[in-house]
Amino acid sequence: MSREPTALGASEDPRSVALRAVSSTVKTGAMGLIGLANPSRFLAFSHRLLQVLVPVTLAAFAAGLYLAFFVAPDDYQQGATVRIMFIHVPAAWLGMMCWALMSIAALGTLVWRHPLADVALKAAAPIGAAFTFICLFAGSMWGRPMWGTYWVWDARLTSVLIMFLMYLGLIALWRAVDDPSRAGRAAAILALVGAVNLPIIKFSVDWWNTLHQPASVIRLGGPTIHPAILLPLLVMVVAFTLLFITLHVSAMRNEILRRRVRTLRLMQAEAA
Amino acid sequence: MDALAALLVRDMRLAVRVGGGALVGVLFFLIVVTIVPLGVGPDLALLARIGPAILWIGALLASLLALDRLLAADHDDGSLDLILTGRAPLELAVAVKALAHWVTTSLPLVIAAPALGLFLNLEPGAIGAVALTLLVGTPALTFIGLIGAALAVALRRGGLLLPVLVLPLTIPILIFGVAASNAAIVGPVPFGPPFAILGALTLLSLVVGPYAAAAALRHGLE
Repeated sequence: MSREPTALGASEDPRSVALRAVSSTVKTGAMGLIGLANPSRFLAFSHRLLQVLVPVTLAAFAAGLYLAFFVAPDDYQQGATVRIMFIHVPAAWLGMMCWALMSIAALGTLVWRHPLADVALKAAAPIGAAFTFICLFAGSMWGRPMWGTYWVWDARLTSVLIMFLMYLGLIALWRAVDDPSRAGRAAAILALVGAVNLPIIKFSVDWWNTLHQPASVIRLGGPTIHPAILLPLLVMVVAFTLLFITLHVSAMRNEILRRRVRTLRLMQAEAA
Repeated sequence: MDALAALLVRDMRLAVRVGGGALVGVLFFLIVVTIVPLGVGPDLALLARIGPAILWIGALLASLLALDRLLAADHDDGSLDLILTGRAPLELAVAVKALAHWVTTSLPLVIAAPALGLFLNLEPGAIGAVALTLLVGTPALTFIGLIGAALAVALRRGGLLLPVLVLPLTIPILIFGVAASNAAIVGPVPFGPPFAILGALTLLSLVVGPYAAAAALRHGLE
């Protein structure tokens, strides 16, 4: 807000000066979300952010893939197939994290009416669906040699599949409506309802402890994975998370630009 | 309170009168149960084993079929706008509508289920278990469907989308409904825990459904 026009021109009301001083301190303090409500400012900010994010993501992937393929030892039971886990686990984590992110964005849409929230929600859904699909695909590639089948109707697999279907439903909901803000609010409600499903996915492992091995990274008494495999896994999780943020910020930029193009076209059509 | 009672009576009357289509769901249920043996073969032992699942899937699909009626007709003739602007809280109003919908479309399914169980060679105990789980589980189907119906109404062109949005959310209900039925028939798990979880899911949907549906209507129809 550097070029804020003053209502009275040169003779400024001292109160408005004081007010602006307060608002600028608030802005620098809690700048983030409120300042970024302006799409132009978000575009400028995200441009700078991406310039940092892209190289960092590439570096994290280089480190993670090197560790995963050249440093990590084969599992004594699973052999080299254990390396599928380095793709599978981060994708599963992101599939769930993406829905959590969408729920926060949904709250942003419904409660605070933040203009970027429904852009964030819309941009996140296809990425989340893609990661969930990667998780399912990698899991079934691992299941074939390990369990002898591409697919078992185990609780956790099934709930991930349900989550994938819900991502597709959410995307279908977006595509059913032409007005972005109405679609945004409907999708926000669906995302929040779906968020109720996330704990069910998480705890389904404990409910039906069937073919799928029980949770082994986060559990009481420390992880059961050997550190030689855990470290590459954690690096890959960080790399995937960075990739997600990069893709998400880029998708948000695209969505903002797409909406601008839409508005311009609508104006053009009205003028013609 | 009067307004809500009047709404309940009105919805139930409309459902059973000409064009209400309350019993079409039961007919559909009967057809689904008839079709399955034609597909999997007339082996009575097999049918007895998968019977509870067939009845549950049939009931799920039948309740899905009727969901379009829950809010769309009121939206078309404008009475939904009256409910929105009325003095009764929208959450309670949609809950009452869902209750009326459950009584007129899902309760008949629960009543019809024992008769259809005979077709599937189920034992009397098994029939009782399936009917009991359906009685406890179908309100959850209606109240989750309420969310989908509200979203579909708010989106105008949402009718096609309704089953796609609702079915994934109802999967836990189906799982625990069938699990409880099977537990009562073959064991080895006791009937109690899955049945209790089914009840918990129903109670949860009784709370979440009206709030989410009311929010969808408020945001969608402004």
